[in-house]
Amino acid sequence: MITDWSPARLDVQGAVLEVVRAPHPVLATESAEVDPLDPEMIQLAADLVATMRVSPGCVGLAAPQVGVAAQMFSLDVTNHPKTRTCHGVFVLCNAVVVEASRNEKAREGCMSVPDFTGDVKRATRLTVTGVLPGTKDEVTITTDAFEARALQHEIDHCNGKLFLDRVAGAHAVYPRKTYQ
Amino acid sequence: MSQLAVTVIGPDRPGIIADVTEALVGTGVNLEDSTMTLLRGHFAMMIVCAGPFDEVKSALEPLRGELVITVRKMGPEHEHAPIGAPYMLSVHGADRPGIVAAVTRMIAAAGGTITDLATRLSGGLYVLTAEVELPPTAELEMLDRALEITAEELGVGVTLRPAESDEL
Repeated sequence: MITDWSPARLDVQGAVLEVVRAPHPVLATESAEVDPLDPEMIQLAADLVATMRVSPGCVGLAAPQVGVAAQMFSLDVTNHPKTRTCHGVFVLCNAVVVEASRNEKAREGCMSVPDFTGDVKRATRLTVTGVLPGTKDEVTITTDAFEARALQHEIDHCNGKLFLDRVAGAHAVYPRKTYQ
Repeated sequence: MSQLAVTVIGPDRPGIIADVTEALVGTGVNLEDSTMTLLRGHFAMMIVCAGPFDEVKSALEPLRGELVITVRKMGPEHEHAPIGAPYMLSVHGADRPGIVAAVTRMIAAAGGTITDLATRLSGGLYVLTAEVELPPTAELEMLDRALEITAEELGVGVTLRPAESDEL
């Protein structure tokens, strides 16, 4: 069960890694499937959680964002105001979308594209399958709202896509505002 | 009354739109289509409007200086019907000269037309987003392949996908 899972199960200390920024080529690379039992991948899972934790406002981090072309990401939308269904903190390997419906447009940002945000239409009802690191069994996650959006954003990263590839119009990319 | 094209550009400050449109309204001009946006700290306005050329020109005269202003008479409106289905084009990658030229040439070569386009540069990242109409005769697979090759040569990523619109 995904809700029983916690990073403590990985039994390794996560390191905080540097987050790469576009136009780094790894962000445009289709990642390879991973072996969720591989100790290197278990370490990477712990590193993703550790890096996500220290990054303010970060609700998800995919392996390509730390320079590794692997189909893995960490996610945690707990306490986000747009979250409805929530599966807590988890890491997913080899995730694929099996069902997606009810598209809605919303503005997204990304740690790897720090200077822009963009309006992206994504499914708000979503079913995803994948494998938790350190396990062999496939899990199915059915979710909605913000967790659905975050999952699709991270799965895109694993396929070499950024939100910039999905923006909803010619004027749907915005410079990120920083107030002085 | 002629159809006029008015362009205004200058360093951004609060009140540019108010100043320009106030001057225009005094001449009895009705703003038709316009686009107004901030481009790297310069505020840029492009307006098509119907109004008396000489009055519009002199009404905007006091604003010249900090603002670069042009007023021109336009030929009659010639709207063309959509040439085909709408698509969204996204290109992003390391900045270098020639990205827009190379990518838009591929669209033109396929008989496509660009109805809206914006580019943004920040740090080393260049982003182009465009709305494109492609004729039903366009060979999508060939265009995709041509864009891919162009993108590879430029070292950028390119995505062309149908623009969905939800009828409500």
